[in-house]
Amino acid sequence: MRKVIAFLLALAPAAFTADMPCFRWENFTTANGLPDNHVFNVAVDGKRVWAATENGLGLYENGTWKVYRPEDGLVHRAVLWVAPDKRTGDVWIATMGGLSRFSAGRFDTYTQLTSGLANDVVYGVAVLGDYVWVATAAGGSRFNTRTGQWSLYNERNTPMYEIWTYAVTATPSKVYYAVWGGGVLEYDVKTDHWKDYNDPDGETEIVLYKDQGLIHEITTSVSYVEKDKVLWVATYFGASRYDGRNWKNFLDKDSGLPSNFLNQVKAVDGNHAWFSTDKGLAYYDGENWAVYRPALDTHRPEMLVRDAAGKVTRTETETAPAHNYILGVDFDGDDIWVATAKGLSHGIRVK
Amino acid sequence: MRWAALWLAFCAVSRATVPVAAVRYPSPIELAITPDGLRLYVLCEGTDEVVAYDLPSGAVCRRIAVGRVPKGMMLTPDAKRLYVANSWSDNVSEIDTASLEVVRTLPAGFEPNAVVTDRAQRFLYVANRISNDVSVVDLATGLESKRLLAGRGASYLALSPDGSRVYCTHIYPKITTFRATPESEITVIDAARQMVADRYGLRNAAGVFHIAVSADGRLGMAAEMRPKNLIPLAHVEHGWVIGNSISLFGDDVGGVVQIPIDELDRYYTPPFDIVLTPDKSTAYVSTTGSDSVTVIDVRRLLAFVKTLSPAERSGVANDLSASANYVAARIPVGQGPKGMALAPDGKRLYVANRTGDTISIVETASRRVTGELSLGAPAANEQRRGERLFYKAAFAFHGHFGCANCHIEGTFDGLSWDLEPDGFGKDYVDNRLLEDIADTAPFKWNGSNPNLETECGPRTEKYFYRSESYDGWQLEDLVSFIKSMPLRPNRYRSAELTPAQERGKAIFERTRRKDGKPIPALNQCAVCHSGAHYTDQKLHDVGTGKPTDRSPLIDVPQLTNIALTAPYLHDGSARTLEEIWTVFNPNDTHGVTNDLQKDELNDLIEYLKTL
Repeated sequence: MRKVIAFLLALAPAAFTADMPCFRWENFTTANGLPDNHVFNVAVDGKRVWAATENGLGLYENGTWKVYRPEDGLVHRAVLWVAPDKRTGDVWIATMGGLSRFSAGRFDTYTQLTSGLANDVVYGVAVLGDYVWVATAAGGSRFNTRTGQWSLYNERNTPMYEIWTYAVTATPSKVYYAVWGGGVLEYDVKTDHWKDYNDPDGETEIVLYKDQGLIHEITTSVSYVEKDKVLWVATYFGASRYDGRNWKNFLDKDSGLPSNFLNQVKAVDGNHAWFSTDKGLAYYDGENWAVYRPALDTHRPEMLVRDAAGKVTRTETETAPAHNYILGVDFDGDDIWVATAKGLSHGIRVK
Repeated sequence: MRWAALWLAFCAVSRATVPVAAVRYPSPIELAITPDGLRLYVLCEGTDEVVAYDLPSGAVCRRIAVGRVPKGMMLTPDAKRLYVANSWSDNVSEIDTASLEVVRTLPAGFEPNAVVTDRAQRFLYVANRISNDVSVVDLATGLESKRLLAGRGASYLALSPDGSRVYCTHIYPKITTFRATPESEITVIDAARQMVADRYGLRNAAGVFHIAVSADGRLGMAAEMRPKNLIPLAHVEHGWVIGNSISLFGDDVGGVVQIPIDELDRYYTPPFDIVLTPDKSTAYVSTTGSDSVTVIDVRRLLAFVKTLSPAERSGVANDLSASANYVAARIPVGQGPKGMALAPDGKRLYVANRTGDTISIVETASRRVTGELSLGAPAANEQRRGERLFYKAAFAFHGHFGCANCHIEGTFDGLSWDLEPDGFGKDYVDNRLLEDIADTAPFKWNGSNPNLETECGPRTEKYFYRSESYDGWQLEDLVSFIKSMPLRPNRYRSAELTPAQERGKAIFERTRRKDGKPIPALNQCAVCHSGAHYTDQKLHDVGTGKPTDRSPLIDVPQLTNIALTAPYLHDGSARTLEEIWTVFNPNDTHGVTNDLQKDELNDLIEYLKTL
């Protein structure tokens, strides 16, 4: 009977949420095997789910967690990002103490002392073909896995005036870096040229020229949809969407974003994207918004829907992500995995 | 009398200056036999060809030219295609066995050494020795689809009989922390997904060669050397310093079990190829330096392994008396036996004698050589004679090892050794590449040997072999061979330097710091690393000496193909080129590098890799 009620509760938002996706949330913490509750990121890799946590790398497979830490060969316990290479099955791991490559049980280590890596504080990593792109606190690095050559990108050879690269995404045509305090850096694969995108308001936190450029210089995440040629950017002061000609910016005051403080954006396509904020997980379908979280006051699970006209509907739900402070997401078919400051959540799509 | 003296002098000069470099010897290294037993393919790395024999007549059908220095060969199960890994051309020749022509050239990584296809012949796997990976080539398109991370020195491949797994072994150990126990691995590739599925750790293994899997898939065997490089080599007469072993794996044994093939007072080294009979009754192991084939009774071997306790399983490789439980025979064959092939009816074993340039035909019932195929090699000149000596283990105490055991195929073994009888933990030395050393005297890291004759003669006899070694003529031949060793192509150097390499060259050649202050001559890279081989052939103290060294003075090493030879520094304490400066040059005594940005150091390294 309880299962039936739970199922009906899970379906209940359907009446209010138009076509917005609904989920039943299953949460993982250290109590059921997660290496640490502070989860910086999550990556879905076929039937494997990798959790980047503050105290180790977690691998969820066949219903159980396996934990990797420095004693297992991981270069550092604080894991910030995980990038599976779907061609080879290897996994690249960004940590606070260097870069690790996990391949069939073996860890190989790359640090600024033992390799050409720019810096040991590695915030992000992305794999594209034979190249591994790395975001570090001292600029970008690119590792050619065939030749072993490292190429470094910084203020001396790119239009990067701030070298604190915070995230990187790589597609066959473009590579983008989110530069914390330096906007967005674009690398054109075909032409081998770099270009930067900056806030026309400069480093001020005042939005004078909305939709005339990047919303803010403090960028935290980039997501590029190659088929639509659309770039999504997350900052600590709102989000941006750029289609190659026009910018569209999103702020909490005029969109469904629950907060302007964004840790990540992950696009589904040119019109659909997920936003990881400090006040919940947000989804945008091009017109409507949905927010999934424990309520900020009561901590009860809730879902907010903001329609195209700006009307907001709040619905109590049976379950919610483990915490409202969201750090990252990844997709698992129709499901979604969510990294939060208090655990890892698996959103099982019910509608 | 005066004429006699002149004649003797003429003879001496003649012997030393015979133009022998152009002479090429077939150097058969791998064999493949057709399922009908009528044709034998012989891969000749010295003449860059595959020689096809008609076995009933013993006649050569065709000599098929392939790429440079071919090292590996695979005949597809339907016998329609032959794939050859061309180690210096970085590609694979595909041969149509009906026309005996090369029909396609396929891509590979740096120094492809072995090839194998999956059962459906959809994908070709290529083990790349220098790039330390396995290429996956889509045979439909002829394009390389991806590279899989292997161990260091990926060299030999085998497909499991059910086609589900590809196994890869490695001739160099992993690069580990300084003075750690060597370790290698068997990389296990899932052939259905073309991904690495597992890695079997091989503890204390350094050089691992061929791998064989039984027809029922329950037993794998990998030939390997297990060095004792952490204790002084001078203890050769007190026990083995390089054990010759087989790593067993699979359901028949559970886990990995290493078993010795040596005896307490005689060594069979290094084990290279393994052939398992289809009924899993017998394994043949070629031992290149011992000019023999070891015959293992597999049933007795498996029965022996079953008697071992867990503790005994982990230590049995060190008990050389154990081999008496399963070694059935030693068959003397030609010089430098390498690859082997068993006739489909199991009655004959063919053995490629690399330095003998022949194929031994072994009658398996009697376990003796009953015939020989000739490859028509020219008469051995001094370099060829020297090459035979280089690989021969007979000169060392109990036939323990030869030059090639540590200088694997003329290269190195990736190990740091404690060589001389100066006590434990003194003067550790990193093994160095032998190619291109002819004009780089003095020798040894402390430069104490003025020439190769001293290095290879009295020093080797006293400190390594602990036995009467080469006579004068042999020593001359050996040195002649070492001086003639060809230098493999540099994979990092193109016709023009890349921008990063150009920038690195400028750093290598700079005379001033970035702040404009002059760099003292002996602190400039290009002063000590000068000349054709990038060595001034002198001793310098560059601050890399350790408390374990008797002297801080180090012979300046040549930099030829430096990218291949990790670890670095005289004792092998730097695991990567970067560590030479990021860890071991805090005071700018080994070149001035502390004013460089990280990307500039990367540029310098990119340039060094081109030398």
